[in-house]
Amino acid sequence: MSAPVYIAGLGAISGIGNDVAENFRALREGRAGLSAIRYLDTVHKNTFPAGEVKSSNEELAERCGWMGSDSRTAMLGYLAAREALDDAGINGSVAYRTGLISATSVGGMDLTEHFYPHFLANNSGGKLRQVVEHECGAVTEKMAAALQVTDFVSTVSTACSSSANAIMLGARMIRNGLLDVVIAGGTDALSCFTLNGFNALMILDQQLCQPFDQQRRGLNLGEGAGFIVLVSEAVAKDLSKPAYAKLTGYANANDAYHQTASSPDGTGSFLAMKGALEMSGLQASDIDYINLHGTGTQNNDASESTAIRRIFGNSLPRMSSTKSFTGHTLAACGGLEAVYSIKAMEQQCLLPGLRISKPVIEEEGVMVNEFTNGIPVKNILSNSFGFGGNCSSLIFSAI
Amino acid sequence: MFITAASAISPQKSFRNADGFTAVPLTGGNRLLCSEPDYSSLIEPKLIRRMSRIIRMGVATAIDALQQAGVTDPSAIITGTAYGCLEDTGIFLKRMVENKEEMLTPTAFIQSTHNTVGAQIALMLKCNSYNNTYVHRALSFETALLDTMMLLKENGTSQVLVGAADELTDQSFIILERFGLFRKQPAGEGAAFFVAKASPDAAIAEVKGIRTLINPGTQQVEDAVKTLLQTHGLGADDVQLLLSGRTADTAMDQYYNVVEQTIGNEAAVIQFKALCGEYPTSTSFALWLACITMQGKTMPGMTDASHVRYAVIYNADKSGYHSIMLISKC
Repeated sequence: MSAPVYIAGLGAISGIGNDVAENFRALREGRAGLSAIRYLDTVHKNTFPAGEVKSSNEELAERCGWMGSDSRTAMLGYLAAREALDDAGINGSVAYRTGLISATSVGGMDLTEHFYPHFLANNSGGKLRQVVEHECGAVTEKMAAALQVTDFVSTVSTACSSSANAIMLGARMIRNGLLDVVIAGGTDALSCFTLNGFNALMILDQQLCQPFDQQRRGLNLGEGAGFIVLVSEAVAKDLSKPAYAKLTGYANANDAYHQTASSPDGTGSFLAMKGALEMSGLQASDIDYINLHGTGTQNNDASESTAIRRIFGNSLPRMSSTKSFTGHTLAACGGLEAVYSIKAMEQQCLLPGLRISKPVIEEEGVMVNEFTNGIPVKNILSNSFGFGGNCSSLIFSAI
Repeated sequence: MFITAASAISPQKSFRNADGFTAVPLTGGNRLLCSEPDYSSLIEPKLIRRMSRIIRMGVATAIDALQQAGVTDPSAIITGTAYGCLEDTGIFLKRMVENKEEMLTPTAFIQSTHNTVGAQIALMLKCNSYNNTYVHRALSFETALLDTMMLLKENGTSQVLVGAADELTDQSFIILERFGLFRKQPAGEGAAFFVAKASPDAAIAEVKGIRTLINPGTQQVEDAVKTLLQTHGLGADDVQLLLSGRTADTAMDQYYNVVEQTIGNEAAVIQFKALCGEYPTSTSFALWLACITMQGKTMPGMTDASHVRYAVIYNADKSGYHSIMLISKC
């Protein structure tokens, strides 16, 4: 079961860029993608900043080459998954057993919420084409059809840890010899449903979020998609360019504490990080950088930092939350942050967290607050924790 | 993969029905609603009141399966649901529209996320183990089973709680009916959970293999059924029971015809959706039926199941997803 799994391609779209290169440039230049809501039609547009992808649905449809009636979630997902597949140089010329494992929390809710006012007024009202992609699986199905993936298609939905779990499933299917290539990650469009849900939970920040700062007030929502192409060792050898990294560790655990809140001692996140480290065979001291879940809520950051202390003691690796750039992209965050982590390893750099004045972890230099070049980065831990206590951690290692 | 316990809530009186069941007359027209049991011996009444139907049906079948198997801390909790928590989703959407995005309470939103059933089970059990939820249409339950099989291979001592749940709400029924889905077949819903492990002791049935296909041709389906049987040293005549997803809707008839011809004349054919209605995770109810058959219990259409050694479940969903499962007696 310990056959290596390689990452051969990356794809990303978020509030800080339409592809991986644009995303990385924004991370390097310290440019956040958080601003007043422009594309989503909501009464809260001037209250809560968000990390919207800076394109209308019409513009996204044109980039996809689609008709314009699809869910924004499907379009974002397709663009990132397509970029990842192209980046890996996998074009269908070799008949690899290929899977698409996507993750989403909203699915086609962005369209359903336009259908609902008409439907509530009159049960025969509303256009049915606005609910054909309501189901999470229907969004993945649309992406799979456009990518021409037919061997295996699935969808994971475990709230904010969804795409980390999609990546885990992909890796396990390769290790179990069921697939050769898996496009794995997640996608979520901003919707009124999620925006209002998080507002009702009173965990949205009306200012720009400050993950892992003592002054943190809550999170900003974002949207986007992040996908990576996982391949077996045999496929990695076949491909024309070297793979980026290996996925050496992963674990999924449940906090079993509360439907939405994290436990004070960070049980779930502790177990996820511990499990991933054990699988990788690495010592805690081998981890060079942690891409934090770091949402910016009081609760997450306290719980996550406690769990990190339990794992790493006083020898803390450097860490940051890139949600200070993108906002919290929910089911997409594990995919996007996997892309960011792997780029950081490729470029041998550390990605910053923005707007930290009084870090939660006060030891000098632990919280990365500016882009730092020329750092040896061999192993990166990426955390994704979600509602329902779902906690997952991934470890990426240099080849 | 060996099943040591199975529990289902369905439109039939299936829950904790030790002696098998006879079909209850289905009175719901083209909408079959679950026959819900008294939950009070399984879930605290205070908790039940807060749970939507999908959550309480999912949690109750999960707890029941664990109690049957004598497992208190499963190594994993894996759930399949195609539609997720529709009741809470509908409630939050309605309030959001009516209140124009102001003055909303979070409860329905919190319970609307697709992983709520699996999360509530973990919370009740205080179970920190692996927990995952698959939401891929008519393969949601099959993917949960596939994950289970891999977990059992990765760790031979695991005991995995795996199941599926889907609910039909007033709103979802109207919308799906507008798509024409229930013109010839009744809409259904249900929850079923199983305890699975790698070793055969105390098992009631074995899931020997699962094949899933996306938009296949009939030849591919036939080949897949034959290969699945051959892989386990079986021929078409060795199967005594075919649990078929066929309904009065003829759209997928060509596939069901092929599978019925392939499995031969020996097998009794039970159309399980006549009992549970049409819904994307209905194969979980079919697996429950297969499990009780392997225990020698009766079900409508099969008064004596003692001769059933091998069963095949075949489902061809109109959205293009096909699944084939081979089940054997232990």
